[in-house]
Amino acid sequence: MAKITFITTDNKNITVEGTSGSVMQLAVDNSVPGIDGDCGGVCSCATCHVHVAPEHVEKTGTASEIEEDMLDLNDYSNEYSRLCCQLEISDKLDGLVLQVAESD
Amino acid sequence: MKKSALPDPFEEARVNKGYGEMDDQNDPVTMILGLKDVRKCAHNWKTFQSGAEPGRIVIPSEVNIRDTRQIPFEVDPPEHKDFRALVDPWFKRPLEADYSATLTQQINDIVDEMLTKDSIEVVEGFSLRLQSRALTLLLNIPYEESETWISWGTHVFRSEGEALDGDKANILYDYIDEKITKAIENPGDDLYSMLLAATVNGKKLTREEVKGVMILTFAGGRDTVINAITNSIAYLAEHPESLNRLLNEPEITGRAVEELIRYFSPLTQMGRVVTEDTQVCEHAIKEDSRISLCWASANRDAKVFENPNDVVLDRKINPHVAFGFSHHNCLGATHARQIMNILLKTLAKKVKSIDIIDYKENIEELGEFNRKVGYNSLTVKFNGR
Repeated sequence: MAKITFITTDNKNITVEGTSGSVMQLAVDNSVPGIDGDCGGVCSCATCHVHVAPEHVEKTGTASEIEEDMLDLNDYSNEYSRLCCQLEISDKLDGLVLQVAESD
Repeated sequence: MKKSALPDPFEEARVNKGYGEMDDQNDPVTMILGLKDVRKCAHNWKTFQSGAEPGRIVIPSEVNIRDTRQIPFEVDPPEHKDFRALVDPWFKRPLEADYSATLTQQINDIVDEMLTKDSIEVVEGFSLRLQSRALTLLLNIPYEESETWISWGTHVFRSEGEALDGDKANILYDYIDEKITKAIENPGDDLYSMLLAATVNGKKLTREEVKGVMILTFAGGRDTVINAITNSIAYLAEHPESLNRLLNEPEITGRAVEELIRYFSPLTQMGRVVTEDTQVCEHAIKEDSRISLCWASANRDAKVFENPNDVVLDRKINPHVAFGFSHHNCLGATHARQIMNILLKTLAKKVKSIDIIDYKENIEELGEFNRKVGYNSLTVKFNGR
């Protein structure tokens, strides 16, 4: 069981728990505002864009090349950006803090 | 497997040059073909403008058949963001349980009807009807209204030929004008009424702006949805094992939807007007000319997609741009995805196999390229489980 905290764009903390599947699906299932997951998690949209807390980057690892291609052209991305559809829930992610990214 | 295949006519040009060229009513288009280039151009809204003369970013150009600006499709940032924020919640309604349940009922009803017939012409007999009925949900208006739209046939802007037809387009424009007038007199819970009551940046929407959103809603989701449905029926006819797989592994349905939409790319391309002399793929492009973002080509880019010319039903990473990219991604994408998701589930559950009896392909002529985009007709028989 991994406990993951989302910080919404209006600075509310939402902590949810999951055991498997993607972090995006966990957020969608718990109605985390700003994470829409339009494409269902195949990396075709960027509606699951989050910023990983800097101290937690070793939990998540860095973005894949395909993810980076999406994020490069996103005006709100930075070096801590991930698409959370590409984050698989495991014990390793317990305590993870993710800031939901702004979007146009 | 030949009847359902949709070849990629852009491959050679994409690999060798990265762009293609076509004329369109004496307003030529440089077609951008590679996925990364398409994304970059889509993102660069200052150099590659959407908010040009109304109709000019559409290919074939609609400059000669309409003056109304489609909103938010033909609006650039920063205004685009405000209009988009207004309409986005409405266009996310397909995710709601009631909407989804009613859409499921509609799709079940029409599939059940197909199963009773010896043969059915899919384009008008299935896809157009499904698209039109589902649109009543998107607009939140009575189901019966769909009969009017079905009666228009598959072409809203064309007669049977390929040329755009102003008289034909006016049927839609006049219809929308009439509905706006009625909504002004008698506001309801429909999209017209929501728009008429809305403000953007403190200003009420004008009648013309309301009309612009409605034209986009009607026209943008018609051919595209019909093509996506029809092409997928043809695919499943030639791949009955996929029907079985979707039945036995329903968890891959979402990925199958994305993959079918990538492979068939119901909207081939969308134009932009160039605002300054520039270069793409080391090719000079002049101010006040047009480029196109060729979604269909980008979606077959072998630099990004393994086996791009195959339908891989469970493709896990699928960064396709069939719904566009960046600011102007497709407003109706949620609705389209819901239709496809429910359709695949329904067909998998009820249909054992589909036989293709006859077909006539619909080929777009795009300068140096000819692209199959779907079917003018597709006659099939649905065999029940």
